[in-house]
Amino acid sequence: MTPFSYSRASDAAGAIQLGAVAQAKYLGGGTNLVDLLRETIEQPSAVIDVTGLSAAITQTDAGGLLIGAAAKNTAVAEHRAVRTQYPLISRSILAGASAQIRNMATVGGNVLQRTRCSYFYDVDGSRCNKRVQGQGCDAIDGFNRNHAILGASSSCVATHPSDMCVALAALDAMVHLQGPAGARVIPLTDLHRLPGEDPQTETVLHMGELVTAIELPAPLLGTRSTYRKVRDRASYAFALVSVAAVLALEDGIVTDVRLALGGVAPKPWRARKAENSLLGAPAAEAAFRKAAEAELSDAAPLRDNGFKVELAIRTMTAVLTSLAGEAS
Amino acid sequence: MPIRINGTEADAPLDPRVSLLDLLREGLHLFGAKKGCNQGACGACTVLVDGQRVLSCLTLAVQCEGRDVTTIEGLAGEHGLHELQKAFIEHDGFQCGFCTPGHICSALGMAAELERGVPSVVTADFSDEGATLSLEEIRERMSGNLCRCGAHNGIIAAIAEVQARRQGQTDDKEAMA
Repeated sequence: MTPFSYSRASDAAGAIQLGAVAQAKYLGGGTNLVDLLRETIEQPSAVIDVTGLSAAITQTDAGGLLIGAAAKNTAVAEHRAVRTQYPLISRSILAGASAQIRNMATVGGNVLQRTRCSYFYDVDGSRCNKRVQGQGCDAIDGFNRNHAILGASSSCVATHPSDMCVALAALDAMVHLQGPAGARVIPLTDLHRLPGEDPQTETVLHMGELVTAIELPAPLLGTRSTYRKVRDRASYAFALVSVAAVLALEDGIVTDVRLALGGVAPKPWRARKAENSLLGAPAAEAAFRKAAEAELSDAAPLRDNGFKVELAIRTMTAVLTSLAGEAS
Repeated sequence: MPIRINGTEADAPLDPRVSLLDLLREGLHLFGAKKGCNQGACGACTVLVDGQRVLSCLTLAVQCEGRDVTTIEGLAGEHGLHELQKAFIEHDGFQCGFCTPGHICSALGMAAELERGVPSVVTADFSDEGATLSLEEIRERMSGNLCRCGAHNGIIAAIAEVQARRQGQTDDKEAMA
């Protein structure tokens, strides 16, 4: 690690004030940032501990939930309102990392965690455009079994590693931001950027801006939902493919569907093409498969990850078929 | 503000880069928590902070100011080894012993989570507060701790035995109430 100053903020305004210096970095549970500091991928001059900010989970006037950014992943997953009204959120959180990491990691940090691309972490041995602009990418022609098949570019093929964000994307969650220029609320699906020619810029956050809360809209009544994660081992591994799905049926016809994919793209991937294909369609396996194929029609697999295309199609089809079975 | 470690106060390091693990091992010579991967992948450095199991390698020591840290050295009492330590010996829950302190601290944290009703990804019914204890649940909940000797079966057996005893006691109390 390179030297940095450490300070603790007790509220968002204080954090933003402390963060208004060059190369400042906000610290949550540290499960990603401490690793990045140790590898010297992040070299901040100042680290501002924001774990003392609001971790409260409260009802909103709109009938949804407001989750303070400092809430620990475990606290969210076990919260009664979350586990009963938004089981998709609990399931996605519990499918990620380990119990120890979920006890440490904050919601804000989960949303802003960086890719686990091994070339990104290999400071001494690999080229990476995300670390050094214009350096080149050793993943594109390297061992890229875990990399993206959707939304990647010729500069970067890294995936976003979060499970929780996939569920948040499916549920139309909003992100509350606060920065030197004031506060704003944006959809989670607009927070992360695709890499394009500038893979270093991963979000639309402005300098010094801080995630203060995640807002869930009111629960979708009459829907079934689930999160399925496919990975190389049964627990404690990042997703090869994951699917967050919400489904509502009426007389065997799809009346509402929300789908998001993890493990396949540089950001939590809302599957709008599949959704559009399914609205009004019969809730049958053939229609589910057709919708999944529509979503993956733009897939651009690399040398080692072609299997993800069929895996994503099959996982989406299986998840929807199973939800339709429950709903009937 | 000092950090309380196994009931004894210690000063937080002046350099904020020092991890809790390095403070324990190099600063305080508490060698129980192990440095396996030093990147949050193995669980050998697991300790309890305010009763919650965490990875000390990814925790900056300064973040623990004013908190209670419990390591494997803090578990044995005046009546000898902690019941988990005894169970690990009885069930051959280790071979080389490197992962053992992390496993035992993790199992202790897991017990508190179970008592609080924290679900896991293999829990079927999220509306039910009390997760039913099964070997599948224990394996999932302990997946953040790796044993490369291959003692996992003994480890899970040791934890399951202690957990069953604890839950039996809870059930007895509830029956009497």
